[in-house]
Amino acid sequence: MSEHVSSLKLYIGIWITLLIGTLVTVLVAGVNLPGPLNAVVALTIATIKATLVVLFFMHVKYAHDKITKVVIVAALFWLAILLALSMADYTTRLWT
Amino acid sequence: MATAVLESGERETYLNKEYGIKSWLLTVDHKRIALLYLVSITFFFFIGGFFALLIRLELLTPAGDLVQADTYNKLFTMHGQVMVFFFLIPAVPAVLGNFLIPIMIGAKDLAFPRVNLLSWYLYIIGGALMLYTILNGGVDTGWTFYTPLSTEFLNTHVVTAGLAIFVAGFSSILTGLNFVVTTHRMRAPGMTWSRLPLFVWAHYATSIIQLLGTPVLAITLLLVVCERLFHLGIFNPALGGDPLLFQHLFWFYSHPAVYIMILPGMGIVSEIVCCFSRKRIFGYTAMALALLGIAVVGFLVWAHHMFVAGISLYAAMIFSLLSYFVAVPSAIKVFNWTSTMYKGSITYQTPMLYAFGFIGLFTMGGLTGLFLASLGIDVHVTDTYFVVAHFHYIMVGGMVMAYLGGMHFWWPKISGRMYPEGWGRLAALLVFVGFNLTFFPQFILGYMGMPRRYWDYSHSPEFQILNVLSTAGATVLAVGYVLPMIYFLWSMRYGKPAPDNPWNAAGLEWMVPSPPPTFNFEEQPVVTWEAYNYDEIKEEVPVAQ
Ligand SMILES: [Cu+2]
Repeated sequence: MSEHVSSLKLYIGIWITLLIGTLVTVLVAGVNLPGPLNAVVALTIATIKATLVVLFFMHVKYAHDKITKVVIVAALFWLAILLALSMADYTTRLWT
Repeated sequence: MATAVLESGERETYLNKEYGIKSWLLTVDHKRIALLYLVSITFFFFIGGFFALLIRLELLTPAGDLVQADTYNKLFTMHGQVMVFFFLIPAVPAVLGNFLIPIMIGAKDLAFPRVNLLSWYLYIIGGALMLYTILNGGVDTGWTFYTPLSTEFLNTHVVTAGLAIFVAGFSSILTGLNFVVTTHRMRAPGMTWSRLPLFVWAHYATSIIQLLGTPVLAITLLLVVCERLFHLGIFNPALGGDPLLFQHLFWFYSHPAVYIMILPGMGIVSEIVCCFSRKRIFGYTAMALALLGIAVVGFLVWAHHMFVAGISLYAAMIFSLLSYFVAVPSAIKVFNWTSTMYKGSITYQTPMLYAFGFIGLFTMGGLTGLFLASLGIDVHVTDTYFVVAHFHYIMVGGMVMAYLGGMHFWWPKISGRMYPEGWGRLAALLVFVGFNLTFFPQFILGYMGMPRRYWDYSHSPEFQILNVLSTAGATVLAVGYVLPMIYFLWSMRYGKPAPDNPWNAAGLEWMVPSPPPTFNFEEQPVVTWEAYNYDEIKEEVPVAQ
């Protein structure tokens, strides 16, 4: 367990970044971008936000023990299973 | 190991340390929380069972004459939701796991005792929402909440039912988290990973599924609720969504959820089989790895529930193939239990009868699962009683058998009293006979083409004889379930006081007094022996009265 204490300023900074991310997501949803670009933008922002939460609010950036890394990798791996096997369906389905 | 005990008139235990409602509702003792769970899940088990009996009564005759068609839809929906989310999933981990894991690894409590109590309160909040749903007219989506039926077309209490399961899901996540951290951090000196009882390994594997799977279910149900309330368009094709996305997300959790139910049962059976065969488990490492293997491979097979739903043929073939792989670790377990018994000195006490039942019925449930994993047969029997029979062989024939076996095995430890062995054996027999009479005819019914979730089968009256057998079986089964509840309660007052180790069994939990003191161990135990060291225990299982 790392005993790193993050400054209040950093937390507020992250929080404001998250709020801006949310705001941009909402605003972009109202604009009609070409092709699947709307989804791409929304998912990119969401991924960045989730990464910030995991790294800073969940203290993963300051954790140096192996078990924390195992947990993170396992969670991402399971997400990859969900996406990859679902895509086995979506990319080969006969859409009519 | 000497267990020094406090002497204050009678010996102080976790049960008599404090009295009063507050000492229970605010307890952080894992053993008391286990009992809180025991009472709660038993309550929901009988509610779910009540719905099941109404279903069986309706199907006694071909005509839909006992309840309205809409009521029937609610009955099977609420039977499934209550049984799956409020009984089967929490039952073994939250009751027996909670009680035994700290003791089995030589710890005073779980890693996070307060989080443990929180998880019970979350379960109760979820349960209260479910009760509210039931009392207000219920929900009729089927336990699977399939969209767009659940999001667009029904006027029943989908939102509260979804939220109930959402909240109960967090209870399950916290229990899993607690077990993982406890197993990593709280093991006594000498209790290495290779010395852990398989019961602990089983709960460790289960907890991984709970941690990685349950959040997906929670968010999926939340999306259903949001789609219903705000018309988001995640699952609604009219708004650009995909109804099959719901099924992908739902089964990503709900197939592995079957292993949340069955893996702890496998842990119980391993303990019982070793004790009543007086032998070390055959292939300890293979058994532990098989548990982890089932937990991982179980996540790769979910779309076998969707073969006829419109997924691509390519995906169907992949999921069909992957589904077969689950059979490998499952078969390892069955073969190794059997090998453990080979040339063992077997006795036939109640827990062992349940373990026998588990092995046989789980094998039948598992093998019929292979039928369903193969595309051609699955198309024929999807949504028939064949599927209903298959998963009841796993969930009831497997999991509930193991749960009852475990309750009998550890009841002397939990309550400090012996249950009446004769009644125990009778109930085990009734459960086994009643179960098979209820569900074996359903395999035949399904193969003949009787669909599940139909309230009226007057178009094919030839189904009636098998349905009558099934309903008769359900009645026997009900007696088999009520009996243990009666004699367990009876034994709390009138049962013979239990010795610390009534079965001469191996394991730390049998070295502490029955019932254990609040902090389990008077002094820190140091483990110097391998798990299941029955070759070092010379005594046999004592003969019951
Ligand atoms: Cu499945």
